[in-house]
Amino acid sequence: MIEIRIHGRGGQGSVTAAELLGFAAFNAGKFVQAFPAFGSERMGAPVKAFLRIAEKEIRVHSQIYTPDYVIVQDPTLLATVPVLQGLKPDGVVIVNTKKTPEELNLDTKCKVITFDAWEIATRVIGRPIANTILMGAFAAASGQIPFEGIEKAINARFKGDVAKKNVAAAKEAYELIKGGKNESKSRSNS
Amino acid sequence: MKKYIEGSMAVAEAVVLCKPNVISAYPITPQTHIVEDLSQMYANAEFKGQFVNVESEFSAASVCLGAVVTGARAYTATTSQGLLLMSEVLFNMAGMRLPLVLTCANRAISAPINIWTDHSDAMALRDSGFIQLYAENNQEAADLHYQAYKISEDDSVRLPVMVNMDGFLLTHSFEPVDMPTQQEVDDFLPSYKPRHYLDVKHPITFGSMVGEDGYMEVRYNLEEAMKNAFGVIEKVTKEFEQKFGRKFGIFIDTYKMEDAETVIVALGSVVGTIKESIDLMRANGIKVGLMKVRTFRPFPKQAIVDCLKNIKNVIVIDRASSVGSGGILATEIRSAFYGNTSVPKVNSYIVGLGGRDITIKTITDIVGNFANVKVQDSQFVELDHKYMQAGDEYLKTI
Repeated sequence: MIEIRIHGRGGQGSVTAAELLGFAAFNAGKFVQAFPAFGSERMGAPVKAFLRIAEKEIRVHSQIYTPDYVIVQDPTLLATVPVLQGLKPDGVVIVNTKKTPEELNLDTKCKVITFDAWEIATRVIGRPIANTILMGAFAAASGQIPFEGIEKAINARFKGDVAKKNVAAAKEAYELIKGGKNESKSRSNS
Repeated sequence: MKKYIEGSMAVAEAVVLCKPNVISAYPITPQTHIVEDLSQMYANAEFKGQFVNVESEFSAASVCLGAVVTGARAYTATTSQGLLLMSEVLFNMAGMRLPLVLTCANRAISAPINIWTDHSDAMALRDSGFIQLYAENNQEAADLHYQAYKISEDDSVRLPVMVNMDGFLLTHSFEPVDMPTQQEVDDFLPSYKPRHYLDVKHPITFGSMVGEDGYMEVRYNLEEAMKNAFGVIEKVTKEFEQKFGRKFGIFIDTYKMEDAETVIVALGSVVGTIKESIDLMRANGIKVGLMKVRTFRPFPKQAIVDCLKNIKNVIVIDRASSVGSGGILATEIRSAFYGNTSVPKVNSYIVGLGGRDITIKTITDIVGNFANVKVQDSQFVELDHKYMQAGDEYLKTI
């Protein structure tokens, strides 16, 4: 079973990202469970969303404490929320930030992937909403979901031009991360 | 067809498949999505009955009562404070022997105000005359609704049914859920044919006053109806399995009980977490099993005693407490063993109130410490003593 924790702020679409990634994994024949962290959500407040992907029925109904993947939608969270907490030793953290993994210098030996998702969002979608872009990045980093699955999930949620732009933005992130240039060099370099 | 769907939406779709004539509900977290989805389906004309908007849960329950006495099939959903506000009407519905299905998205009770899951709401209504069923996951939550109408409307029962699903943990979780077709549900659940209903051509009354000459007799009949529910629940559950291919423990279900020395008893979504904990502990040689309670009312004493009589240790996980008495499920399980020659050691743990997460570690810690404790009153698990101390310190300053 793979466990994913998404950190964001209310309004950035973290819960939607978990839900749509779950939909894509479900369509890829996996067992899935996606759920929010049950806060009193407000615009701008830190929120968490969770996703489990497995080859067999998922029975556990508790939050995720030892994720395999952490996705950080908003770089300002790094200063206030312990986003790395419990991340498995061979885990991966994907951060939306202008900084390189070396500049970011997170206190972890895990693989760190960084890229400027807001730049892609502003340019391609026209709004700084990065959730679908991070879905593309996750698909590339994890190999769990083919990009077609991400595309289908986005099209199931959004219509017309919005859907088209979100797919294009997610695709750009997918190709970028697949290239591997945006990861920390090795898992033992810190 | 298997769908990837939020628990609330699965329940809303299941309810529409049951073709109620009247839905009335008032939105309250974490039940809100169910009502939103139902009103959306009403707006889309996918739900073809009446959706009655009201200003409170009291009115929602009253609309349902009014609908059922005219011979309609009705539905409502609520939680927590909303369930408490409905409670006067709900006791009346049971007393009048009116079938209803109510979804309770289980949530803590104020004060302090808290919107997260526990079973305090449903447990507060355990004496209401409602049949109570508890879902482990969203598949069960959806499936229980088709069964609930059939149980509720059976002529020998005619009692309202509360389907319980944990707030957020189930209502807001997306999981794969197998949804049946309309034809499949129609074949399983025929339309409601009430024996008595309000009809100007044959005037009768519901809920009239009964003095000391008959009240006990009416309440005795209510008790008998609840006993009749055992047979009906069994029949309906088996028929459901036959038609839909999904097997339910009728009153209880078990997991890895064969050689178990210690058995954990629970209801609701924590059951899945316990199953994972059991696999983990068994890998370390600890012989532990699970008894899940699906039917809490009527309370399946016989099934429970038969299941646990040869077990040494029983750990009961309650997500609610009867203040002044303790774990409710635990108390009833202990009581079930009165007079039995072989009685297990039963200890009671109050866990996960107000949405506190129950993790695999919570469960393995309870099992790990069990051998060291005598039989004792209910224990609150994972209390934060620093939190309580800080409160005491603060009180001294004001």
